[in-house]
Amino acid sequence: MNRPIKGLAALTAAALATLAAHEARAHGFAGDRFFPATILTDDPFVADEMSLVTLTQNPTAADGSKEADVGFDIAKRLTPDFDFTLSDQWKYIHQPGALPMVGFDALTTGVQYQLFVNAPHEAMALAGFQQTWAHTGRVQGAGAPDYTTLSPVLDWGKGMGDLPESLTWLRPFAVTGNFSYDFPLKTTSYTVNGPALHPNNFNAGIAIEYSLEYLQHHVRDVGLSAPFDRMVPLVEIAVSDPLNRGQDGQMTGTIQPGLIWAGQYYQIGAEAIIPINARTGHGYGGLVQFHLFLDDLFPNSIGRPLFGK
Amino acid sequence: MVLLLVAGASGGAWAHAFLDHAAPPVGSTLGAAPAVVQMWFTQSLEPAFSGVEITDATGARVDDGNPQFNQTLMQVGLKKLPPGEYKVHWHVISVDTHATEGNFSFKVTGQ
Repeated sequence: MNRPIKGLAALTAAALATLAAHEARAHGFAGDRFFPATILTDDPFVADEMSLVTLTQNPTAADGSKEADVGFDIAKRLTPDFDFTLSDQWKYIHQPGALPMVGFDALTTGVQYQLFVNAPHEAMALAGFQQTWAHTGRVQGAGAPDYTTLSPVLDWGKGMGDLPESLTWLRPFAVTGNFSYDFPLKTTSYTVNGPALHPNNFNAGIAIEYSLEYLQHHVRDVGLSAPFDRMVPLVEIAVSDPLNRGQDGQMTGTIQPGLIWAGQYYQIGAEAIIPINARTGHGYGGLVQFHLFLDDLFPNSIGRPLFGK
Repeated sequence: MVLLLVAGASGGAWAHAFLDHAAPPVGSTLGAAPAVVQMWFTQSLEPAFSGVEITDATGARVDDGNPQFNQTLMQVGLKKLPPGEYKVHWHVISVDTHATEGNFSFKVTGQ
């Protein structure tokens, strides 16, 4: 082998070695399954991603007030299996007979660890710990808390691609969900309306998805082309159930049917918001979200873990 | 946000590779056995770290083990296939080093 060819071979080997060292698991994949970033319920995977923004018009609340929110959240991987999250929202609240109030809600931060990703069974789960921080939003008027809440969380996801051939049309289904428990660090706040008790809450969410991407590219070519072959119709449900301090059983929650389109670099989602009971509100609302996959947009900078391969 | 959108729209060499379409089509039933399986992906592939295995119902490999690449296309030749169901397992790494994999099947009736 002459010297130029040797040099080229060495360069090629070095490039391949670098590539192998940096091979990255793409966000939201478990084997064949791509899980989109759900909107109401948390994702079961760590990622470098950002929602910028989520625009929400909430159903009319039980007290008759109307609220619109502009939300933001970001997740950044510190290692391939461990990330940090941050979210907040700006709120516009209009109560009957009062002037509109605006302000930020409390800042929420968290850490998450990917427990496992099982490719053959399209399953994954993570454990996390969230903190909603006191006095980081507008307490008076916008209703931001004057107390910190700690919440351990468990998020999971399961695709149905391992169903038998006889159930082939059910294979595009996937289910993701989460459980969390709120520990407020203060049990009572004193407001102009009197004392307000802060219970421990059990929170649960579930998202049922039917992936047209999975149908078209892993089950049966039914002739779907862009943009339909990247769509995921879904229904998300989330409830919060107070467990003590005089509010036992006063569950609130929403059901949110919608559609997510997930592309290479970003996804767009829209959902209707339907209260599960009068305590939650009445009528219906809606939201739209623009979500960025930072690992694909910026694979060599902010889109990769800070530490590790 | 506009800058990010533009970056996303113009960065064709980035991101994980989805299967775009295949011949024979995903989940199809064919009368005559194909001589080759072709798969087109949404991103350019890194040949050194991408591949495909095609197996019959017993798990025996029926491809020639020599996949060929042309940017977003990966194709592999097949042995002479008798009627039956065949499973395609592909694994690719796009040029930005994101790994994805997938499976699909096709049937040959021989009629």
